[in-house]
Amino acid sequence: MTLSFRTSKGGRIDRAKSVKFIFDGKTLVGQAGDTLASALLANGIHLVGRSFKYHRPRGILTAGSEEPNALVGVAKSAAAAAAGQSVPNLRATQVEIHEGMVIVSQNRWPSLGFDIGAVNDRLSPLFVAGFYYKTFMWPKSFWNRVYEPFIRAAAGLGKAPTAPDPDRYANRYAHCDVLVAGSGPAGLAAALTATRSGARVILAYEQGEPGGSLLHDVGAQIDGRPAAEWVSAVIAELAGNDRVTLLPRTTVFGYFNQNFIGLAERVTDHLADPDPSLPRERLWQVRARQVVLATGAIERPLVFPENDRPGVMMAEAGRIYANRFGVLPGRAIAVATSCDSAWRAAFDIKALGGNVVAILDMRTDVDPALKEKARAHSIRVETGCTVTGVKGTKRIEGVRLGRISGDTVSSAGSLACDCLLMSGGWTPNVSLHSQARGKLDWHADKGAFLPGDPVQAQRSAGSCRGIDGLAQVLADGARAGAEAAQAATGNAVDVPAFSASGSEVSSGWWLGAVPHDRDASRVRAFVDFQNDVTAKDVKLAVREGMHSIEHIKRYTTTGMATDQGRLSNMNALSIASTALANEIPQVGLTTFRQPYTPVTFGTLATTSRGDLFDPVRRTAIHDWAAAQGAAFEDVSLWKRAWYFPKSGEDMHAAVLRECRTVRESVGIFDASTLGKIEVVGPDAAEFLERIYTNPWKKLGIGRLRYGLMLNEAGFIMDDGVVGRIAEDRFHVTTTTGGAPRVLAHMEDYLQTEWADLKVWLTSTTEQWAVIAVQGPKAREAIAPLVDDIDLSTEAMPHMSVRQGHVMGGIPCRLFRMSFTGEAGYEINVPPSRARQVWDAVFANVERLGGCAYGTETMHVLRAEKGYIIVGQETDGTVTPDDVGMSWAIGKNKPDFVGKRSLARPDLMATGRKQLVGLLTKDGKALLEEGAQVTAEADPAPRTPALGHVTSSYMSAAAGRPIALAMIANGRARHGETLHVPMPNGAIAVEVVPPLFVDPEGSRLNA
Amino acid sequence: MLLIHCPCCGVERPEIEFRYGGEAHIARPMQPADLDDHQWAEFLYMRTNPKGVMAERWRHVHGCGRFFNALRDTVSDRFIAVYKTGEPRPDSATASGEGAR
Ligand SMILES: [Zn+2]
Repeated sequence: MTLSFRTSKGGRIDRAKSVKFIFDGKTLVGQAGDTLASALLANGIHLVGRSFKYHRPRGILTAGSEEPNALVGVAKSAAAAAAGQSVPNLRATQVEIHEGMVIVSQNRWPSLGFDIGAVNDRLSPLFVAGFYYKTFMWPKSFWNRVYEPFIRAAAGLGKAPTAPDPDRYANRYAHCDVLVAGSGPAGLAAALTATRSGARVILAYEQGEPGGSLLHDVGAQIDGRPAAEWVSAVIAELAGNDRVTLLPRTTVFGYFNQNFIGLAERVTDHLADPDPSLPRERLWQVRARQVVLATGAIERPLVFPENDRPGVMMAEAGRIYANRFGVLPGRAIAVATSCDSAWRAAFDIKALGGNVVAILDMRTDVDPALKEKARAHSIRVETGCTVTGVKGTKRIEGVRLGRISGDTVSSAGSLACDCLLMSGGWTPNVSLHSQARGKLDWHADKGAFLPGDPVQAQRSAGSCRGIDGLAQVLADGARAGAEAAQAATGNAVDVPAFSASGSEVSSGWWLGAVPHDRDASRVRAFVDFQNDVTAKDVKLAVREGMHSIEHIKRYTTTGMATDQGRLSNMNALSIASTALANEIPQVGLTTFRQPYTPVTFGTLATTSRGDLFDPVRRTAIHDWAAAQGAAFEDVSLWKRAWYFPKSGEDMHAAVLRECRTVRESVGIFDASTLGKIEVVGPDAAEFLERIYTNPWKKLGIGRLRYGLMLNEAGFIMDDGVVGRIAEDRFHVTTTTGGAPRVLAHMEDYLQTEWADLKVWLTSTTEQWAVIAVQGPKAREAIAPLVDDIDLSTEAMPHMSVRQGHVMGGIPCRLFRMSFTGEAGYEINVPPSRARQVWDAVFANVERLGGCAYGTETMHVLRAEKGYIIVGQETDGTVTPDDVGMSWAIGKNKPDFVGKRSLARPDLMATGRKQLVGLLTKDGKALLEEGAQVTAEADPAPRTPALGHVTSSYMSAAAGRPIALAMIANGRARHGETLHVPMPNGAIAVEVVPPLFVDPEGSRLNA
Repeated sequence: MLLIHCPCCGVERPEIEFRYGGEAHIARPMQPADLDDHQWAEFLYMRTNPKGVMAERWRHVHGCGRFFNALRDTVSDRFIAVYKTGEPRPDSATASGEGAR
C-alpha cells in the first residue's frame, strides 16, 4: 500500500498540488482534482465500508452518483468533526477532496477491518427476502424489546451529526427556455444548439467538471480535436453567453408538474476554505419551457457469486479512474464482460502501463477486431468464459473461471488478480423521464427500457434513450436541443453537424444472474449491493408468491436504495422474469421517483429554519408584555402573553394571583389577536343569519351577540362575539386561530352559493388592537379615559357596543362584554395608538389594585364559567347541544349552515358526549387534559372510555381544581362518580354542571 | 408545483397562491329541510372522485380571492380548462382555454 497506484502520466488531476485528508484516522495524500474514491484508490484502498444488512466488506464499485457501497461520513475539518458537524452517507465517488477533510467509513464497529456486525453475514439465512415479515413476527412482545433494538443497532447507514447544522442554505427561482440535464456529449450538443438559437438555457451537471464520458474517452476526437478540448471550447462559448446559466455540481433531483424542476447545487463542499458569504448548498426551483434529458447510461454489474467483494469494480469505472484520475485500480486486473465497452477499459489501462491479466467474455462471437487489438496489447482473452466466484474477502486475490456451454458451466480453473472489472452492458438512465411520468417502452433487441412518448415538455437525448456511438449521440443531442429551443421560443434553429472519430460503438449485453457451477445454496450473488439483496432473494420472493415487480421490490427491498435501482433493477427484473417464466415487460418496472439522489434536509428547508421557520405575529402590546417579564405562548402564528410572573412566582402562583385579582378588582388583558371581520352591505344581517346559528336581523344597532358557527355537517367550527355597528355593518370576532378559516368559509358561501347577496367581507384583525379590562372595577379603570361614551349600565348594558373616542380623540369601538364572568370591556383602538391607551389603562388598573393577566388566566376564568374554547372542548365532532348551547340556535330560522345536519339521526342520538364539569373527590388532584374517563376505577382491557377531560385547572375562585370534560350522556350523570385511570391509579371524580362560579351571572351586570 | 391560470385575474400563477376547494358543481340545496337523511348525506359526503377529468373548485386565495372552477385530469394533473363560478362546465373534449396549457 505504500506504493502509489498513480499512473506516471495522464489524467485531469493537478499532479503539482497534493491534498492531505484523513480517512478513518489516517492521513492520506491525494491530488487536487481527485474525488475521495480516486484518492483512496491511488492509495491502494478498495475497502471503504460495510454493507447495510450483512456487514460485508465493500469496496468502490462505480465512479458516479449511483455508487451503492462507498458511503462515507465527511467533516470539513478536524475541528468540525470534533464539534459533531459532519454529513453522513455521502458517496465517495462524488466527494471532491480538499485539504484537511476528515472522512469516516460507516456501518462498522469497532473498525472497518474488524467488524462485530459481520456475524450477520454468517447468520444470513435469517435475513433472507421478507425477513422483516417472517423472523421478527413472533413472539409479539419481542418486537420492542429484542428485535427492533437489534435491527437498529446492526443495520443502518451513517451516523447523524450530533451538532446543529452550522451551514447556510439558499434558495433561488429561475425560468428558462431550455433546461439541459447532463453535460456529456448529448447534453453539450443540446445546450450549444439551443444557445446559438438565442434561447435562455440552463445547463446543470452533477460533477465539478463538465464533459461526462468525454473526460475519459481519451481516444475520441470531435471536429478534429481531442474530445476534452472540444468540451472546453463549448463550455467557454456557453459561459460567454449571458443567456446561459452553467450549474456545476448540480443534481436535477426532481421533475415535477408542468416542467417545474428541482435542482440541488453543492456550492462549497469541495472547498477547504469557502467564502463565508456562500451557502453550502442551493436549491433551484426552475420553471423550464422545455427540458432536454441527457442523463446517459449506467453500466450494469454482472451477478455472479461474491461479486460484491472489494476489488470488484465496474469496467467503465476502472477506465474513468485510469484515464481521468490517473489511478490504476489494481496491480493485476482482470476484466469480465458481456459487451464491447469493457474491452476499451482493458486497452486504456494497458496503454497507461497497467497489468491486465485477462479479458473474460461470456460471448463466443466477439468482434475479431477486438480480439486482434487484445493480441496487439498482449492481453490474454477467454471467450465463452465467465467468473463464477472470487477469492478473498476484504480484497479479492483471484477469481474462479467457468466455461459456458449452453446452460451449463464447468470449472475452468482460476486466475490471480487483485481487481476485477465487470460489465453486463448498459442501462439507459431513464429516471427523470420516468419522474416526468413518461412511459417506458421495452426494447428486446437492446435488452432495455427506453423512453416512450413524453407527457411533459421534455425529450431525451443520447445514450439515455439507447443511442450509442459518439457521432450519433452528438447528432441526437443537437436534434433535441434544436427541437426544444424551437418549441420554447418559436425561432427557427440551425442544427449543427459534428464530426466524431476514435470512439467505437459498443455491442453486447447480459441481463440477470450469470450461470455458475457452484453450490447454489451456499453462494450469494448480489443484485442490489446497498440493500444486500441477492439473486437468491429475488427467486425466493417469486417462490413465495410475489408475482409483480412492485411486490418483489418491497419484499426483498431490491431497488430501494439510494440509487433507486439504477444499478440493480434490470438484473432483478430479469431474474424475476426467468423465475416467473414471463416476459420482462409483463413483470413490469417500478416507477422512479424524486429525488434522483438523496438531497439534504438543509437544501430542502433552505432558510426556513429557526426564527425563519414560520412568520411570527406580535401585537402592539408585545414589547410592553416582554418588558414586564411575561412568558409567551404560541397561538397559531401569534406570540401571546401567557402569564406575568412577579419575582419568585412560578406559573401556578402567577395564574392563581392573576385570577384572584380579576375576580376581586380588575385585570387588563391583550386580546388583540382575536380575528376580526367587518361584514358590510345591505344584506349583511341576512348573510350572518345564514352563516351563524343565531338570529341577527332583530339585533339592535349598538348591541352585541355571541355567535356560534357550524360547518355544513352540523359541527361547531368557530365562535365569537358580533356587534352591530350600523344597519348594514357588523363587527365580527373569531377565535385567534380560526380567523383565516372563518373568512374563507364566509367567502365560499358568499361567492359560490349566495352570489346574489350584497355583502362585503374585510379582514380587520390587524386594524384593531383589543384591550380587555375585566373585573368589578373595570368601569372605574377605564372611565377617566373615555371621552364621549356614557358607561352607566343603563346607557351601556352588558353586551353592547359604542363608537366613540378615548384619551382626547383616539377613535375606538368599545365593547361591554365578558369572557370571564365579570363585568368588563374590550377597547378596540387602532394599533398605532394601542400602546398609549394600554399604558394609561394599566396605570389605572394598577392604582385600583389590579394587574395584567395572560392567556392562562383567561382560560381558567372562562372554564370557571363553563365557557367553551373551540378546539379545546370541541374537536370537529361536537354539536351545539353537545356543549349545552342549544340556546344559541335561532329556532325560527328556516335555514343556516349546518341546520339540516343537526337533524341527522347520529347528531340527535342519545348517548352523545356532552359537556360536564368534573370535581376530583379528594379536592386536590389536578386531572390531566386529554385523560380518559371511565365508569370503573379499573376497567377491563378494551372497555371504551366514556369520554375525556378537555380542560383542567387549579381554580382560585373555587379553591380547588376544576375540570371540564366531554362525557357520554354527561348531563344525565350529574352527581355520579366516575374515574380517571392514571399510571399511578385511578382518580375518582364527581360529575357536576360545567359552572363553578357565580351561577346566576349577577356579576356580569354590575 | 402546478401553474394555474386564474380566470378572474387573467394570469398564470404558481399553485401556492391558490387553495383547493373540492369538487365543483355541487350546489347547496335551496331547501335543505326538504331532503331526507339519505339525500342530505349524499350532498354532504359523496363525491365522484374520478380517475380522469374532474371539475373542481379553486380559490385564488393569495391573489384576487375569487373562487373559480377548473377541469383537471387527475391522472396527469393537467388543467384542461378554467372557468368562472356560475359558468357551465365546458366540454372537456373541446376545451382549449388558456387553462388548457
Ligand atoms: Zn385571481
